[in-house]
Amino acid sequence: MSADGGAETSALVEDLFRRESGRLVARLARIFGLEHLELAEDVVQEALLRALAVWRVQGAPRDPHAWLVRVAKNLALDHVRRDARLARTAEALDDWDEAEASPASDAVREHDAPRDDELAMIFACCHPALSRDARVALTLKTVGGFGVPEIARAFLESDAAAAQRLVRAKTRLRDERIELVTPGGAELGARLESVLDVVYFLLNEGLAAHRGDALIRADLVREALRLSRQLALGELTTTPRAHALAALAHLHASRVGARLDESGGPLLLEQQDRSKWNRTLIARGFEHLQRAAVGGELSELHIEAAIASQHALAATWEDTDWSAILRWYDLLAARNASPIVLLNRAVALAKLRGASAGLREVEALADAPALAGYYLLPSIRAEFLRQLGRRAEACEHFRAALELCQSSPERAFLERRLRETASERHHLDAPPKPE
Amino acid sequence: MPNYMLILHDDPKAFGANITPAQMQAVIAEYQAWAGKLAAQERLLGGEKLKDEGGRVMTRSGGKPRVVDGPYAEAKEVIGGYFTIRAESYDHAVELCLDHPHLKYGARIELREVEPT
Repeated sequence: MSADGGAETSALVEDLFRRESGRLVARLARIFGLEHLELAEDVVQEALLRALAVWRVQGAPRDPHAWLVRVAKNLALDHVRRDARLARTAEALDDWDEAEASPASDAVREHDAPRDDELAMIFACCHPALSRDARVALTLKTVGGFGVPEIARAFLESDAAAAQRLVRAKTRLRDERIELVTPGGAELGARLESVLDVVYFLLNEGLAAHRGDALIRADLVREALRLSRQLALGELTTTPRAHALAALAHLHASRVGARLDESGGPLLLEQQDRSKWNRTLIARGFEHLQRAAVGGELSELHIEAAIASQHALAATWEDTDWSAILRWYDLLAARNASPIVLLNRAVALAKLRGASAGLREVEALADAPALAGYYLLPSIRAEFLRQLGRRAEACEHFRAALELCQSSPERAFLERRLRETASERHHLDAPPKPE
Repeated sequence: MPNYMLILHDDPKAFGANITPAQMQAVIAEYQAWAGKLAAQERLLGGEKLKDEGGRVMTRSGGKPRVVDGPYAEAKEVIGGYFTIRAESYDHAVELCLDHPHLKYGARIELREVEPT
């Protein structure tokens, strides 16, 4: 703010520091070489700390990106002067133009395709030579500008464990001599799969409301949304699968704001106020879905996006086209009959053919190792039992779900269902629904 | 209405390597919220950050001017910057500063009234 006017400064764009961190690290790592990733990250952290010190008093400059580039460049040049191994990079640093890719509003840029160095960084962090764990941690830290404590919170681990994970991932990057280049030709397809896998994982982690705190979950969804859109719009990466993933991310993200009640308790799809669904995200989701259909490929991502779109299409829960959803689940199960897919399919099946049909499916899954410890299995089973009027068994399974469920809002929800079920006998002793 | 200067004493190392980009942005947002609130009441006259590094101290000793480096950014506490505000009274100025985020981060604010001209 100026000393004369005391003018109000505008608020910073959401996630600006994270975005800038990712952009600046990608650019500096390109200049220094990926083997100096640590140095690039240190320089960027220092530049952001300077911004913190200055902007909190003076307000943010008109062009935050240009300001940060100028500062990061000077800090980097200090290192180059001190370290002979970096001398060759002085010229490239000099060419780093602070005005480049610096539009009037950074909000606009979010919808652009990534710059080449940013895309190359995404590919490097998601390199197939790295374990999924390593890829996820690196992507969040290096591409997404998440900090170690945030990564730790996202994965319910200690800061030390998250830091260790990053150290190992970076060591592996060096050992494998992974370079900061965008893959081309025949390699591109497999490399892109590895990237989509990470983004899909981030999306699911973000949507898993029963794990950890809600704020970091929302951050993960935003990051998955951003990455999926960048990939879908990127010239090299705009494949039908990338669009399918972007569709899935947008359609799910559109509902995040409607998933909690006033007291922070979770709301089932059935209970959500659909007017709170984000229409912009839904519209974008459908655009991506349309572009995903080009070429006729039907991957699991396509099917999941199609299922999500069915919910978005229904104006109310009652309008849901369960037969369409069941058909998609049948297709999905035919490719990948994982217990989690079958569990979801059972819910759709119960909608069409009644709770006892759903219950039969769920009972068949009772011993699936993949669902051991998964509270939704007993909780869905309990819902079916309750609908069939088998209250005692329903209560038993609600209790089993409670034993497994860690998150307090979801526990409160289960406890409420348990209470309701236990007290239903007096006023709602409904006979089992006919099939 | 008198003017007041909030002299911001900073520990330059207050925010270490562990602060995350999102946290940094959140801190800036808190400062902006404070400044915005005062600006809305037309009480904020300005605010500026002083450079942490490269300061010089000038004195005159033995009839000769002397210029030495300092205060250093490595010092435990430096004057990091200032805000100037307008308030009804000294007590009122104190009241306006009590919720300043600078205090939340372990730093000091020195509040001084500006002599009217």
